[in-house]
Amino acid sequence: MESKRQLLSGNEAVAWAAKDAGVRLGAGYPGTPSTEILEALGALGGPAEWSPNEKVALEVALGAAYGNARALVTMKHVGLNVAADPLFTAAYTGAPGALVVVVADDPGMASSQNEQDSRRYAVAAGVPMLEPADSQEAYSMTIEAMHLAEQWLLPVLLRLTTRVSHSKSIVVRGEQAAPPPVGFVRDIPGRVMVPGHARQAHRRLREKLRQAAAWSETPGCGTRLWNGRGGPVSSHPLGIVADGVAVLHAREAAPEAAVLQVRMVHPLPIEAIRQFAHSVERCVVIEEGDPVLVDACRAAGILVAGKPEPFRFGELNVGRVRRILAGDTSPEPMPPAGKPPQLCAGCPHRTVFNLLRDMQCIVSGDIGCYTLGALPPFDAMDTCVCMGASIGVGLGLRHVLPDEEARRVVSVIGDSTFIHSGLTGIAEMVYNPPPTGHVVIILDNETTAMTGLQEHPGTGRNLCHEPATRLVLEDVCRAMGVPNVVVIDPGKEQVRLAETLGRALREGGLWVVVVRRPCLLSTIRQKKAEVQS
Amino acid sequence: MKAYNIAIAGLGGQGIITASDILADAAFRAGYDVKKAEVHGMSQRGGSVNTDVRFGREVLSPMVPDGQLDALVLVDETQEPVNRHRLRPDGCLIGPAAVANMALPNPKTLNVALLGLLSAQLPLPIEAWHEAIRHALPEKAHAANLGAFDLGRRHGETANGES
Repeated sequence: MESKRQLLSGNEAVAWAAKDAGVRLGAGYPGTPSTEILEALGALGGPAEWSPNEKVALEVALGAAYGNARALVTMKHVGLNVAADPLFTAAYTGAPGALVVVVADDPGMASSQNEQDSRRYAVAAGVPMLEPADSQEAYSMTIEAMHLAEQWLLPVLLRLTTRVSHSKSIVVRGEQAAPPPVGFVRDIPGRVMVPGHARQAHRRLREKLRQAAAWSETPGCGTRLWNGRGGPVSSHPLGIVADGVAVLHAREAAPEAAVLQVRMVHPLPIEAIRQFAHSVERCVVIEEGDPVLVDACRAAGILVAGKPEPFRFGELNVGRVRRILAGDTSPEPMPPAGKPPQLCAGCPHRTVFNLLRDMQCIVSGDIGCYTLGALPPFDAMDTCVCMGASIGVGLGLRHVLPDEEARRVVSVIGDSTFIHSGLTGIAEMVYNPPPTGHVVIILDNETTAMTGLQEHPGTGRNLCHEPATRLVLEDVCRAMGVPNVVVIDPGKEQVRLAETLGRALREGGLWVVVVRRPCLLSTIRQKKAEVQS
Repeated sequence: MKAYNIAIAGLGGQGIITASDILADAAFRAGYDVKKAEVHGMSQRGGSVNTDVRFGREVLSPMVPDGQLDALVLVDETQEPVNRHRLRPDGCLIGPAAVANMALPNPKTLNVALLGLLSAQLPLPIEAWHEAIRHALPEKAHAANLGAFDLGRRHGETANGES
């Protein structure tokens, strides 16, 4: 029996909370910094699954919630873009079971292509959002989100950031709860979102959000007061409004200040903030990322100071918060650059990128370890936008470039990324083929390597590494009507790989080249697992 | 009570995360409030890896502010220029050179040997360290790592006695 007092990462804390709350289904797609939540839930007995992408994961979780189950869905910030379609309408339908959507932002982009701020999604979709500052809060807010979702019949977003997800701190767990019984109750006007039903549903959503706003305004619910030096808040020369891990940076940077922690960032406890801001002499909003809180305060006519524009970029820390409070806009010292990551020695992707460089290809790239092909010594990637974009972007280039240039365009995509968002790109390719044809290389290392070797439908194993039905990439491509589909081992068939690629570029037509060899790291892990078992 | 700020730095694959897990767990077992921060992701591919561990009566931010490290443990000396500015002027730098003359039987245990050196500077009982090592590593690695830790600790204590 695990002790109830543990040192946990924010991600592990969310998993423990899901277990203790009796979550019946956890679904998601791997993405830094969110990945470990479902891995931990799987290790705790789950049930947890990797879905092909975040949209499907959210839909599966929504279905579970329609069946009155407690469901958890996890993703990184850009994953919420993919899952945004079901999220916005799930807000209309609501669900009797709790649907808690965990989204992990990456301010500073430790491992992401942008630093978008998910708090905007809560406002745009009309979904309540809670934001913890550390692992204990990640635990308690996950459970709180379950209860609120059931009370309001609304999905609830839980926003984490890198430093909440990946920092460890002490968590004291609560009691395990028995979840409500599952079962389906028909509600056609409530869940079939044709316009006539949806018009009513939108009105219901706004009414539910009014209830959520009233909860948010209640002291101790949407806000928590940290009164550094004690005494009445009204005597404080400095008041700080902050959310997430910025609360901890602010409390350390200004121990004498009164800090109003915003626990619920949507609906924002705006009257509680107004009262706080009025009671202190000077009120400063400390938030990572976009000026979400400060803009909302100002729109409500609350006089607050925000952060200067340079602090919109990157993570905050104690030093940067001190600068904001001091109004110091002098250039910040640049930290010395560390050693950048690179493709592992012996990585099977290396063969392909050496070839693409030597053949002077225009490479439309994608998201994964192999994005490192853009760096020396390869310099063999020209674009990287989002999951699956390699195929569409490559096709667009092929359509417009002069023949000689168009024939050099190649799309490069990983196996997990291909299943996530590449299949529709193949449909586009066979449906609207460019005059010069196109070449898609699937770098199949039989794992989701970038995020730490997660399974996906193409590996033939489920989240817990147990056997599952395998989606065979070359069969799928053939079935979709790609005339030339070739599978090549980059370790043993380097000459054949070069010849095939040369021929495909020269002759035109539509090609998918599956370059398949297992990731070195996953091979090592597999061997370790075999030794231990 | 003094709060302790420690960073462990090196390259992906050198056991930086494991070492910081052991340190944080040892402080946790000794009854302190503890926070540990790290960055995952691209850093797994041989790039710089950095972790912060803070412990004391109450820890707020999980990240150590620049210039406030009490100790910087380098598992790879190439990471010194990247992290030096984070150390207090009187802070303690522990690098692989300190282990060079220890005759470490297994080079894979360098990270844990360096923890042994560090442990001589910290108010954490040896039982907490040993339990944390056993908790973090598979059983077959216990003997080698406990040995490396104790070797490092003895060197650290000797160095303390000399200074």
